[in-house]
Amino acid sequence: MQKTFTIIDEDGIHARPATALVNIATKYKTTECFAEAGGKKVTLKSILGVLSLGLEKGDTLSLITEGDDESEALSALQEVMIKEGLGEMHD
Amino acid sequence: MIKINGIAASAGIAIARAFILEHSEYSTQQRAIENPESEITRLDAALDQSRIELEAIKSRTFKELGEKKAEIFESHLLILNDPELINPIKDKITEESVNAEFALHEIASQFIEMFENMKSAYLQERAADMRDVTKRILKHLLGITELSLTEISEETIVIAEDLTPSDTAQLNRNYVKGFATNTGGRTSHSAIMARSLEIPAVVGTQNITTQLKQGDIVIVDGLQGEVLVNPTEETIAEYRSKQEQHNRQVAEWKKLRDQNTLSKDGMHVELAANIGTPGDVIGVLDNGGEGVGLYRTEFLYMGRDKLPSEEVQYNAYKAVLEKMEGKPVVVRTLDIGGDKELPYMDLPKEMNPFLGFRAIRLCLDQQDIFRVQLRALLRASVYGNLRIMFPMIATLNEFREAKAVLLDEKEKLQAANIAVSEDIQLGIMVEIPSTAVLADQFAKEVDFFSIGTNDLIQYTMAADRMNERVSYLYQPYNPAILRLVKMVIDAAHHEGRWVGMCGEMAGDATAIPLLLGLGLDEFSMSASSILPARSQISKLNASEMKELAGKALNLGTAEEVVALVHAIQS
Repeated sequence: MQKTFTIIDEDGIHARPATALVNIATKYKTTECFAEAGGKKVTLKSILGVLSLGLEKGDTLSLITEGDDESEALSALQEVMIKEGLGEMHD
Repeated sequence: MIKINGIAASAGIAIARAFILEHSEYSTQQRAIENPESEITRLDAALDQSRIELEAIKSRTFKELGEKKAEIFESHLLILNDPELINPIKDKITEESVNAEFALHEIASQFIEMFENMKSAYLQERAADMRDVTKRILKHLLGITELSLTEISEETIVIAEDLTPSDTAQLNRNYVKGFATNTGGRTSHSAIMARSLEIPAVVGTQNITTQLKQGDIVIVDGLQGEVLVNPTEETIAEYRSKQEQHNRQVAEWKKLRDQNTLSKDGMHVELAANIGTPGDVIGVLDNGGEGVGLYRTEFLYMGRDKLPSEEVQYNAYKAVLEKMEGKPVVVRTLDIGGDKELPYMDLPKEMNPFLGFRAIRLCLDQQDIFRVQLRALLRASVYGNLRIMFPMIATLNEFREAKAVLLDEKEKLQAANIAVSEDIQLGIMVEIPSTAVLADQFAKEVDFFSIGTNDLIQYTMAADRMNERVSYLYQPYNPAILRLVKMVIDAAHHEGRWVGMCGEMAGDATAIPLLLGLGLDEFSMSASSILPARSQISKLNASEMKELAGKALNLGTAEEVVALVHAIQS
């Protein structure tokens, strides 16, 4: 499953929201979670991976989940994106 | 109570508990290992210990400073648990049969480099987090038990053998109220940093580290150059009142912050500040600095394990230029070598490092390093009023060659449609006697001079300024030095150029009347000296000082010069 966002935070993705995303992703042991931006795909279970995307305001970010709890994981991640004011969902 | 004497390095009085800083070796040298599994067990143990330590720091920070300040340690914990970091380290240990310290250093360096080269300044700063985490793991791998400066979270006085640039970069001004060291003088790095951070300091005490215990109450008197250990209640009260008095005086000076620097008879001179990092600009503006007279770029090159990229440098220069909002910023190109070493450059040890392969000599020889810096400077030039100066120029040919390299890089950038300012003044440091003597010829080709007195004095007097046994020869007021300064100023003015001074002498209360009389145009000093200097100059008549300087030039000794100046001030 996949959802795509546009980064709206002035500062891109900071360590704090990145931490929140990684903490959520890590909870789902039997589900793979990825972040994809600018042609680069990294695991969401790594903060260094997420930060390495170098996301800035206006960039497009896709969150991808695969596995037993993929739909639950994706909505939990989506909640963080919206709650932290990080991104806007694409239709 | 014990009283320890040292050198007053930074004014003010601080009272707090002692924090003794010890340095241990963090070796990451490669070793072949027999058993990768037990190496991985060692790594896991170090990771566990780091985790426990970070959890403790995190909850302490949360309690004392709130959630926001604690978040940084939450991300440190995540890095510690990050499979993208830990798995490659373990793979490296297994596949290459190398020790954990080496594998950790290799993998972590890749991430540090990645962050440093990111576009966003915020993400670039994450390199520091990565370094912190790496150092913490290393500390446990190596069984080092030292306390680190970053962990200080209460008011303290730092006591150390000496403080390195990376130590001072870690000092948290909110907690570190002062420091005292065994080694160093007024011009050593730690003293200069103390003044730019505006914290009281006493250096050169010889043995303070052995004279007190962790947690002892300490008074640092940066006005008198004294440290008092375990003072009585009475003494503490006495120093509290001295502290208040000093702070009132400082507050008085602060009123001059937004005023012009004018002598009593209305002559204007420029008071600028010496800085080491973009963070120092705040201090410059707070103290009413009219510019930056010396930006020491070598700090960009220190405390790291490889050369800073063009991007890292560009961001630093741009930050300084933008924050100074059009006020002049004199950037000195890389002045490394001598007492300032870079471990990663692997330069051979020299018998006489101050007379050796350093500064412009090194830059002209290793132009790949020099050109990266010049490109970064040129690209940043459009964000403010940039002036570039070359250090340690001994001959006119060195200046011409350095200028040609600069113009070559400028042309290349313009050919690639990258904007470069057309108004960059180009100058040199005058710190070698040959250049001072030939200043009339240099003045035809440079836009300005900046006299570096610390080196000019040591080269003129042939006295190593790091050698305490010949420190009596460090004589800024010696008429020989004053005559050299006069030669430089007269030569420059003859060609319509300006002259600054960026050594310690420029902010010295005894030297200021003389320098004003000799016609110095710009005085660049520690930010904290600017307001006292402005106050002093406002009480001096420039025309009278001209007469005074004329008399001083014809005296025989430094002592006679000092007596002459003090006579008019009393």
